[in-house]
Amino acid sequence: MKRFAKLLENLLFTPSRNAKIIAMAEYFENAPDPDRGFALGAITRDLSLNNLKPTQLRTLTKSRVDPELFDMSYDYVGDMAETISLIWPKHTNHVLEKQRLPQLGELISALQTKSKIALQTYVTELLDCASVTERWAIIKMVTGGLRVGVSARLAKTSLAEYSGKDLTEIEKIWHGIAVPYTELFSWLDGLADRPCIAPDQIFHPLMLSNPIDAQHDFDCLNPMDYEAEWKWDGIRVQLLLNTLVTTETAGENHDKQAKTRVFSRSGDDISSAFPDITETSHGHAVLDGELLIGCPTFSEPMSRFGILDLPKIKYEPKPFNYLQQRLNRKAANKKHLRDLPAFVRVYDMLFEGKTDIRDQPLYERRNRLEIFLKRFNNPRLDFSESLSFSSWATLSHLRDQGADRFGYEGVMIKKRDSKYIPGRKKGHWFKWKRDPCILDTIMLYAQRGHGRRSSFYSDFTFGIWNNNEILPIGKAYSGFTDVELQQLDKWVRKNTINRFGPVREVQKTLVVELAFDSAHVSSRHKSGIALRFPRINRIRWDKPAKEADTLENVKALIR
Amino acid sequence: MKWLNHELHIKPVDTFIDPIRPVNRAIITHGHSDHARAGHNHVLATPQTIEIMKARYGPNCANHFQPLNYGQPLRFGGVEITLFPAGHILGSAQVCVEYKGQRAVVTGDYKIVADSSAQHFELVRCDLLVTEATFGLPVFQHPKPAEEITKLLTSLATNSDRPHVIGAYALGKSQRVIKLLREAGYEEPIYLHGAQEKLCEYYQSQGVYLGKLHKVSNNGEENFCGKVVIAPPSAIRDRWSRRFKNPLICRASGWMTVKQRAKQSGVELPLVISDHADWNELTQTIRETEAETVWVTHGREEAVVHWCQLSGLNAQPLYIQGREEEMSE
Repeated sequence: MKRFAKLLENLLFTPSRNAKIIAMAEYFENAPDPDRGFALGAITRDLSLNNLKPTQLRTLTKSRVDPELFDMSYDYVGDMAETISLIWPKHTNHVLEKQRLPQLGELISALQTKSKIALQTYVTELLDCASVTERWAIIKMVTGGLRVGVSARLAKTSLAEYSGKDLTEIEKIWHGIAVPYTELFSWLDGLADRPCIAPDQIFHPLMLSNPIDAQHDFDCLNPMDYEAEWKWDGIRVQLLLNTLVTTETAGENHDKQAKTRVFSRSGDDISSAFPDITETSHGHAVLDGELLIGCPTFSEPMSRFGILDLPKIKYEPKPFNYLQQRLNRKAANKKHLRDLPAFVRVYDMLFEGKTDIRDQPLYERRNRLEIFLKRFNNPRLDFSESLSFSSWATLSHLRDQGADRFGYEGVMIKKRDSKYIPGRKKGHWFKWKRDPCILDTIMLYAQRGHGRRSSFYSDFTFGIWNNNEILPIGKAYSGFTDVELQQLDKWVRKNTINRFGPVREVQKTLVVELAFDSAHVSSRHKSGIALRFPRINRIRWDKPAKEADTLENVKALIR
Repeated sequence: MKWLNHELHIKPVDTFIDPIRPVNRAIITHGHSDHARAGHNHVLATPQTIEIMKARYGPNCANHFQPLNYGQPLRFGGVEITLFPAGHILGSAQVCVEYKGQRAVVTGDYKIVADSSAQHFELVRCDLLVTEATFGLPVFQHPKPAEEITKLLTSLATNSDRPHVIGAYALGKSQRVIKLLREAGYEEPIYLHGAQEKLCEYYQSQGVYLGKLHKVSNNGEENFCGKVVIAPPSAIRDRWSRRFKNPLICRASGWMTVKQRAKQSGVELPLVISDHADWNELTQTIRETEAETVWVTHGREEAVVHWCQLSGLNAQPLYIQGREEEMSE
């Protein structure tokens, strides 16, 4: 427990990502089982302890200190675990001090097995013999949500770091193993084989793309080696299809137990909100695609791969804000199901039946996917077609057309022989977004940045003309070089006209080209417009503020 | 008490204690800027507080200075005034005022825990106690300063490739941290931001041993790796600190008790070293002065008042203007 508390404190205060990885790697290498597994679960938030609720801890503490003083303290500190760890009275009983703190594993098994009343006594004794930081760590762990600035991904990276195993291999089995991860650690320590996981039961980490550098990358990429698809503007999902019932034999034989599951890109199960997909999909596979809201139209019947296609309703994707209405809900209501029908445009296949095909080349996986979709003819699943192009110039032309005619976000470029590799491996999949919109804006306010930019004015608010006044239009924190950052910082310091706490108001004289993906109507902003992904494109030291863009110009860009 | 009001005005002699605006007569408890201000006509304080004021605001920051040593009563206008050590910083004093057989003590800022860079706190029994409450919540229970210094020394050894830049207030805290380091056997030169220099020199002249100190020069070639640099927190947030490569930012302050606050202010190594009484010292002092009436100011008044009332004491908060919460001590 002492070691874990030290680790948490370390992780909280260390700003450097590498230092965090090293600290965790050291811990995982040296801590015993099952302690390290519980610690790992606490960090990745896969450990859930439901026996002791925060309110119980609060009540327990209030029985030991004046309740009003407790409330005032909590109000001041703002964090329950910290408040309790700090306010817990120092005991006068020196026997307790010598008492040993339990190992993490012992602590957790006690929390899981003891009765409510026994638990109170146990926790009281525990908090009595712990130091402030140990109390903090215990309460953080018990109540969940450590908030020490470590993602699950970073924790897994540290596992790879200490064991020398490939992060990809760890990711592949991650969703099939559970706290306290004893088999995982045996494998990492080289004492056992990699744990065997039923592949069709779990979420598999996604393969991600990198933005393409249009100026340099294309020179070294042969268009013959790549496929392209539209970049769909929905959310990435993974489908676990788990029934062999085909549409032909459906009906009475339909196995109600077998269910399709829908996972978001982070592995959250969002199935319950999309019954229109789960209840209509059949087959046995793991698929990768884009969840979209569609507008139903009829497709032409076609015959391919020797399987006759029945005429079916095809869905045309609608913009993202339609989908947004159905996200972050536990269930879908009838109105949504009627007016906002969901479908998945599928682009990849990870498992066919129980067979892992992730090591097959992309073109092979997509062939199989296409056959699969034909065969089961699932009404809410369709295939993300490949675009036909012979050179990067033709693809560029297609991309512009897609953006202009249909508002498509851009294209995805995928290497034809790429394996399905979890994570963001370079050189396999690229996204090529449509060209950004550009506006000339005027700098209004500046604020200091964080982390390595902490002493620099690097967070800016920009405005545009509306008759004779300047309206704020958006904020940007990126897009400049380190040298430009220093110039901007210097300029802000020289041209400050007002201070509001950490915010400086500057002379309205500096014009900055703002790039953004799109503009939308928004009631939250004074200008009535919200920009998507704004960033600084160029600093126009030369341009007078009078020539900056106007609200009219921006409104013309709204889709 | 009729002769002392909530603005700490001693009516019979028309004198204020630590007034926030210029007055004719002021008694100053110590040299920090939220207590000692420039522009008074007469200033009564310990000799060291007077010298610190002159060093910070210039020799003419008041028209007349009257030094008063600890423990020496000064009688005028029927009032007897005595200064007692407060243990906060060098020269800091509690003000004891007696009038017609009643005794009031204004603690100013104080701490009880031993500090060899300041005179040790002396308890004074009284009828009315005006106490500070900077750390007046039971979550503030300061650890032993030596333990915190050990953390710093451990970090210096394990992170010898990084400059350790400690944010510490120029008056009092800097010298205390240096003194604690020296007492722990650290004899390396310590590097100072320009703002720290003058007062460190003054402390040395008063017999507080601080060892070898160097100013961080503007165009030096040193890399400060594994060295201790002390600077005001504001300088660490600003351009001045850009000269350090991969610095390990430390802060010596009682506020460092709260981890999330330390984290928010970008501190990697928080050192809970406070020049104010913690909750236990505050409540212990209130009890031991045997005061029946307690006025609480400068901090978390509400909680201390609540504690006093639980203990059967007559207590009130004093919300003195210009004394809002500040993260600096």
